[in-house]
Amino acid sequence: MSRAERKREDQRYRKWTGAYRPYDLIKEATIAFAVVLAMTFALTILLSSPDDPPVTMRSWSHAAPADFLSVAASELDGSSGTAGYGPPYNSAADGQHMLFIYPAKWLGVAHPIDTTRDFVIGPLRLLSGESGVQSALGTWESASPVQQSAWTTAYTNALAKATTNADGSVTVPAGSYGPVGTMMDALLAQAQSGGLDGALLTSNQFYNTDYTKILMMIQDDNGAGGYFNTRAQAEHLIGSPQWGMMNETGSFPGQVWLWLYTFWYQINPFSSSTNADLLVITLMGVLSLALILVPFLPGIRSIPRWIPIYKLIWRDHYRSTRRTQPEAGVSSS
Amino acid sequence: MVRDMAAILNLNTPAHVIHFWVIQITLANLLVIILMIVVFALAILLPFPRHDHDQGSSS
Amino acid sequence: MSATSPPARKSWTVTVREKAVAALPPETMFPDGQPAYMSSWIYVFGVLSLASLAILLLTGTILALKGPMWWHDDSIGHFFNSLHMWAVELFFFFMVIHLWGKYWMAAWRGGRARVWMTGAITFVIAIPCALTGYVSQQNFDAQWISTQAKDAMNAAGIGSFFNLMNFGQMYSWHILLFPVMVVGVVVAHVLLVRHHGIVPPFALDDQRFAAGGAPEPSAQAHATHAQPTGDGASGDGGIPASPAPSGTEREQ
Repeated sequence: MSRAERKREDQRYRKWTGAYRPYDLIKEATIAFAVVLAMTFALTILLSSPDDPPVTMRSWSHAAPADFLSVAASELDGSSGTAGYGPPYNSAADGQHMLFIYPAKWLGVAHPIDTTRDFVIGPLRLLSGESGVQSALGTWESASPVQQSAWTTAYTNALAKATTNADGSVTVPAGSYGPVGTMMDALLAQAQSGGLDGALLTSNQFYNTDYTKILMMIQDDNGAGGYFNTRAQAEHLIGSPQWGMMNETGSFPGQVWLWLYTFWYQINPFSSSTNADLLVITLMGVLSLALILVPFLPGIRSIPRWIPIYKLIWRDHYRSTRRTQPEAGVSSS
Repeated sequence: MVRDMAAILNLNTPAHVIHFWVIQITLANLLVIILMIVVFALAILLPFPRHDHDQGSSS
Repeated sequence: MSATSPPARKSWTVTVREKAVAALPPETMFPDGQPAYMSSWIYVFGVLSLASLAILLLTGTILALKGPMWWHDDSIGHFFNSLHMWAVELFFFFMVIHLWGKYWMAAWRGGRARVWMTGAITFVIAIPCALTGYVSQQNFDAQWISTQAKDAMNAAGIGSFFNLMNFGQMYSWHILLFPVMVVGVVVAHVLLVRHHGIVPPFALDDQRFAAGGAPEPSAQAHATHAQPTGDGASGDGGIPASPAPSGTEREQ
């Protein structure tokens, strides 16, 4: 269609100058409201909604103490996912990029997390009455990085052969871990008492609504199928990969509208890219813009013309128009 | 624990996941999508009630 | 109160009033007639989407009145939480079917591009609005969604100022900022629909919309009942015939 034809067509469809029939707008809106309200009530009474209790440091350390210690050790020696994440938590990496564009790096470290200090040393320092723990902390902080690394590596390796006791504590085979054994035992006890949840939520003010630090530790996974990930896997929230983002816990429907967003993660080049998140979110941004601009996109805007579903929608109108205006010259197909 | 008004159907059970090609979708989500397509088709195909006032109009 | 004689210089108020009334006269805002071609169930999905949005706002208001602990601690709170969750599913359900219908009708025709655009923008804004709701639940699902989706936010640089794990921030966006945006765009959408009217059907001679195409129809349609706009002259049941390229444009 040429631009002149398009302009003529635009004028042609501006106003309807044909027949009207009576219509009660407010009544229709009221009926629609009542119908949808009834449907909402029906679905609620029939199916309710999920409310799975959150993971806490306390529940995690009781349910999977060895897994908890494994993550805690990685936070201590800076080998955890959070420690190596990069912006906005630290500068350990550059974040994802697309060509020369590094959005996370450019926006910087907005929510600084030092996993050693924030997840281990800081909470243990709060146990001021426990001289053994404070002495162990002193030993740790006065050791060289090489010595610290040797201790945590040995401890992490030994954890693989650890046994969980009936009281929830963990017994690690004897080895030279320096103060790390004492520190980890104390952190585990602190977590199991509920004190670590509180410790990780504190900030420099009384009221805090920011759960970043505690959630970052909860979601750290040493690649061994951590407690948080295992629970999500059981609820089909992961998918392989990423289909889980459409899902709700239990057998409830989830966020079906995310289907296209998650679909891209399944196929190349996204499925094998370390920058998949940035690539997918950029692509979806472009497609969202395209959706908004459909009236201006050649081809896309003409598909309804080529695939005439409209003939079904307006069949009553076409039928009655043909009845009253047989010489109108309208095509029947 | 929450005193829940128990639902008639309990959906707090592990989801059934359907796999085909690269797609993995829960049964609930698949039902929602199928229902949307069915409702759309019905909306277009089902006859719409006409009013008496329309008799004699040009449309 | 208006002046008893026309003012020498038009006041801002009068200018705004006249523009508003010209764009949306009362009989356009509250019509008692609709075009006769609106004879399909597909047309109810817009108002069903609006109804779902109204229920979201109502249930959301009650949830906000009682605060975030209510839906965990109290069975009535959990009931309203369920109402809100199912209203979300219904909102997207109806809105997407409405979008499908409008697409296949090419409802942007006749100067209605802004109607389509505001509708699409509503859909696009509703998605992060839902996301902030999901991460405000304060349950396992919220923990999972916030810690996973943070990677996408961070990768795009958004995570530095939009922190999914910051409950206070996400709750504020969810109960105030995003609903204001959604309602604002929906109001614009509905007012544009009222202003432009519902898009007429494709004229069937459109298939040959080229120079020297379909002949002009000879019969005139006669109008019945209220006609908010239009002068009654029409071609294909109310749509002017495609004028020949060299002919004069028919006045609308």
